[in-house]
Amino acid sequence: MSATKSLKKTGSELAQANKQLEILSGGIFKDELPTFAKKIKETNQLPLRPRKLEILQINVGYMCNQVCDHCHVDAGPDRREIMTWDTMEQCLEVIRNTGAHTLDLTGGAPEMNPNFRRFVEEASKAGIKDFIVRSNLTIIRANKKYYDLPDFFKKHNVHVVSSMPHWTRGKTDKQRGDGVFDKSIKALQELNERGYGMPGSDLRLDLVYNPSGAFLPGDQASMEKDFKKALMEDFGIQFHSLFAITNLPIARFLDYLIASENYEDYMYQLVEAYNPMAVQNVMCTNTISISWDGYLFDCDFNQMLQLPVNSKVKHISQYNEEVLQDRDIVISQHCYGCTAGAGSSCQGTVA
Amino acid sequence: MADTYYDPKDLRKFGKITEWSEELGTKFFDWYGAVFQEGALSQREKSLIALAVAHTEQCPYCIDAYTKDGLQRGITKEEMMEAVHVGAAIKSGAALVHSTMMMNKVNKLDG
Repeated sequence: MSATKSLKKTGSELAQANKQLEILSGGIFKDELPTFAKKIKETNQLPLRPRKLEILQINVGYMCNQVCDHCHVDAGPDRREIMTWDTMEQCLEVIRNTGAHTLDLTGGAPEMNPNFRRFVEEASKAGIKDFIVRSNLTIIRANKKYYDLPDFFKKHNVHVVSSMPHWTRGKTDKQRGDGVFDKSIKALQELNERGYGMPGSDLRLDLVYNPSGAFLPGDQASMEKDFKKALMEDFGIQFHSLFAITNLPIARFLDYLIASENYEDYMYQLVEAYNPMAVQNVMCTNTISISWDGYLFDCDFNQMLQLPVNSKVKHISQYNEEVLQDRDIVISQHCYGCTAGAGSSCQGTVA
Repeated sequence: MADTYYDPKDLRKFGKITEWSEELGTKFFDWYGAVFQEGALSQREKSLIALAVAHTEQCPYCIDAYTKDGLQRGITKEEMMEAVHVGAAIKSGAALVHSTMMMNKVNKLDG
């Protein structure tokens, strides 16, 4: 059964970033397995440095209507960290002047931020090329006030990216909570009705697959084929691409790995599947992540581990892209999650 | 030497068999890798065959490996169990079909 409270709410010590980092640096990484820094040094990729900035990923708050087992944010209804309008205005200023071509809004459920729509309206005026909202789908059916979200997304040509762990009810509800599958199907059908995800449509609808347990995602192209066939046959649903994302060993997924005694095996799998080609294109090399309170990170995972950017510029109020781009990316053993196999990023595989 | 004949951690050492016979080990792993590539059969179908055979061979390492492989490919537990039944049916059938030998012998000796 899925959890109903965040780790933070239950007072778990794993809600503390420093405790997670302690686990990721100790144990098997003391003598059995190489640290991530040592591993990328073998292929002369240390220090890891940014390439051209392409994506601004803004986390507008950790509140969510779901409490998914694998959540690296430890999001849930009990989280109160929400981006204020003042911080959003600072973000808008950056969006108007950035060299990045993609704006990626995430959470929590980003739609639960009370200023979400106002922010989307203003941000879409900035004319950014690809404007992504990471929607968990069920939010669209969670409350009447969200029912018109598909129309709102369409109006602003928002690219919708949604999580869908499996095409069967059992596996989806196990990870994301009872009833999530049926609500997600209904939401996908509504998006399809607006033209989202249809072949040749400019209204992009992509799905995110991440494994429901302590194993790595399979081949992205094969998974996409299986998802498309099953969702079409069972529900007449269409979508554009499937992004296969590896679960990173932090927050609730780390808690699950430890509780189920899968932690060591999972870390071995990640290290064995290490692919130096994936390091070249890993997400932190083309992304800046901004937290709900305006701090800057190399990625959303580092944000959750409270590992800020290694730069003089630490907050959106001091934003300077040139200074920021001249930095070493902060790494730890969770980074193996993004370099396993074909690699993993918020846009799916990278190698 | 471990206290038990089977240790799950030994599965991680499988690749090391090449260290004591590089040529043969390399040939085996190259061939093994080629077998599981997409061909006339999909990788998904091959994974289910491997899982069924893992059970009839009663190889704990193989069961461990191909259960995980199946999950990674999105294969459901119902599909996995059906595949194991196919393997088990052939294994049982193989035993039972030999009873025709017994019947032949009885008929010859005591018919």
